[in-house]
Amino acid sequence: MNLIWLQAAGCGGCTMSLLCAESPGALEMLADAGIKVLWHPALSVETGEEARAILEDAAEGRIPLDILCVEGAVARGPGGTGRFQMLSGTGQSMMAWVQRLAARARHVVAVGTCAAYGGVTAAGGNPTDAVGLAYDGARPGGVVPQPVVNIAGCPTHPGWVTETLSLLAAGEAVEVDGLGRPRFYADHLVHHGCPKNEFYEYKASATALSEIGCMMENLGCIGTQAVGDCNIRPWNGEGSCTRGGYPCISCTAPGFEDPTHAFVETPKIAGIPVGLPTDMPKAWFMALASLSKAATPARIGQNARADRVVVPPTLRKK
Amino acid sequence: MKLVVGPFNRVEGDLEVTLEVEGGVVTEARVNAPLYRGFEVMLQGRDPRDALVIMPRICGICSISQSVAAARALGAAMGLEPTPEGADMAALIHAAENVADHLTHFHLFFMPDFARPDYVARPWHAQAVERFTAMEGSAQRQAIAARAELLHVMGLLAGKWPHTLAIQPGGVTRAPGLREKARLKATLRAFRRYLEGVLFGGPLEEFAALPTVEALMGWGRGDVGLFLRIAADLDLRALGRGAGRYMSFGAYPRAGGPVFKAGLWEGGAEALDPARITEDLSHAWMEGAPAHPYDGETRPDGAMAEGYSWCKAPRLSGRPVEVGALARMVVDGHPLGLALAGSGVLGRVAGRLLELARSQPVMEALVEGIVPGAAYMARGEMPAQGQGAGLVEAARGALGHWLRIEKGRIANYQIIAPTTWNFSPRDAGGVPGPLEAALVGARAGVEVQHVVRSFDPCMVCTVH
Repeated sequence: MNLIWLQAAGCGGCTMSLLCAESPGALEMLADAGIKVLWHPALSVETGEEARAILEDAAEGRIPLDILCVEGAVARGPGGTGRFQMLSGTGQSMMAWVQRLAARARHVVAVGTCAAYGGVTAAGGNPTDAVGLAYDGARPGGVVPQPVVNIAGCPTHPGWVTETLSLLAAGEAVEVDGLGRPRFYADHLVHHGCPKNEFYEYKASATALSEIGCMMENLGCIGTQAVGDCNIRPWNGEGSCTRGGYPCISCTAPGFEDPTHAFVETPKIAGIPVGLPTDMPKAWFMALASLSKAATPARIGQNARADRVVVPPTLRKK
Repeated sequence: MKLVVGPFNRVEGDLEVTLEVEGGVVTEARVNAPLYRGFEVMLQGRDPRDALVIMPRICGICSISQSVAAARALGAAMGLEPTPEGADMAALIHAAENVADHLTHFHLFFMPDFARPDYVARPWHAQAVERFTAMEGSAQRQAIAARAELLHVMGLLAGKWPHTLAIQPGGVTRAPGLREKARLKATLRAFRRYLEGVLFGGPLEEFAALPTVEALMGWGRGDVGLFLRIAADLDLRALGRGAGRYMSFGAYPRAGGPVFKAGLWEGGAEALDPARITEDLSHAWMEGAPAHPYDGETRPDGAMAEGYSWCKAPRLSGRPVEVGALARMVVDGHPLGLALAGSGVLGRVAGRLLELARSQPVMEALVEGIVPGAAYMARGEMPAQGQGAGLVEAARGALGHWLRIEKGRIANYQIIAPTTWNFSPRDAGGVPGPLEAALVGARAGVEVQHVVRSFDPCMVCTVH
């Protein structure tokens, strides 16, 4: 299984995250899956002329290319030329290389939200006219014609990448959702397993960052709508955004980079948060929320506004 | 003869180097950062707090550095300082990233070049192949595992790495307690075990106490010893010498001052005045006049008519400076750092190793200082008008964010990253950037690779 990895217009963070894979490490996992990395910009010894030869051979079909991984969005600007990112030493844009190699690849994998949908590279008016490989934001589009596995996330969890690649290498199907994301992590919500669930149940809310209450009502958290198993399988040992005390900004979703409000502030109409869970009738949600809020135990209410647990659970007397 | 080297890999991001070569030796070098994304433009008109989400995503390898710079710049505009304990946790998170980056650079980016067949006749080659062959070397595998475990510091304190929102102008979002303290200590003890057992092959304090280059070259233990043997054999001290002008913004600000001092050094310590920083656009595909970053602008020239890089040319008092771990060790006045001042590839790599050895006890002390119940976050209000700068030390050197807020929105945001300094193009006076100057005299081929990678460039930060 030959793999080529390109870094298009992005930050390189998905590779850096991939190297955080444990038990086993990323290199062991790829090797064990039978994947041969023909070239990776951060890992391969080949540089300059040697690297150009590998890319050219793959683009011309002289060596088979099984998997093309692209990290980073594709910058189409200025004026459709792709010259905001030239693949150095080649005189060709990264856009052209992505298209040439994708045409030869059996599988094309977008690693990270930039490569999937444009992501942060497309933020704020999209100065470089950046798109994902097969999507322009949430709309099909982009620069390659074939289906792409979108391992969206900013960054990607190392397990999402190693497991997708292992499945492809084993000839197994990678089932994807309506936005091309592998269902093995996109069928979960960040809310699942969030340690703030008890606060959520009572809408016992944090009012400022560093308070440990639920961050949905005031601090912009959209973990109830964001896909990802972030709180089921942790990051970097035992972490996740909400475990770190800051809101989920739904980095696995197209367009996450440009919310209509500040990231850490929940937009409200008449004091009621907009953007409630998508698959629950709003009236029911409101009714349950006001009921549970009224029923909030003192322990939960006090803890929600503190920066650590100040009131422990009550012990049942025998 | 003109030689274009690219894609120049095992650096973070995109790099192209154009060389004029005579008789096999580089006579002139031009460095091109061929990726533009426009982060400074994206921020305009946004809620200032959004910078804490967007800016870390400039870079996946120095994401925390970008977080800290943005938080400090916002804090300056707000007139808000983090609580002492909050500053210490931010310092710990930041140090863990810098240390991880030094490890990544040494093992994944820099050392694999010595396993190339170019060196098959050298007495150390077989060992270099066994330890550092790209993606297979035993030292690489060990370093990646140690790095992944060290970054559990991020899982515990910063949620995840890269791209955290844990670092805020007032401190950090998660208050650690005694349980976290015990876990962090265990993680750092494991990392020390790795550093002393594998990379250094001896006590870190002993390495950090080496007073001279001669003492350094006699270290002889661990993978560091292997590197030093190679460095002596290939005379890496003389290869790619810098101009000996170093700058540091000061690393890890704590209540009593930074852990590693701020300043300028040129044959002796000098005061650093950030007001004397300008960016020159004469050789960049950027339009506008030279300006201090508070007044700087980012207007790409889509025609790419004049210039040869997207990178602007930052200058301090009109002159280039070299930044990075070596610069920090020199400016901090460390004896070995001072002894390495002006040296080439050896100095930059040894500067990083020295900082690695000195950073471990710093991280341990920060964990030891965790006080359960302390305030880890101070609160403040975002002003409708204001400006602020966040000057920090990323793994690769001095990183600055300068922002201006008008009507509650970001009116201007300018960034100068470490590699913007080191890999800057020429300025209006034709003065080359530090890498361009350091490459002159290197032999075309693998020597060029060593010189470029000795700077540990981060190209995604460079242009942003």
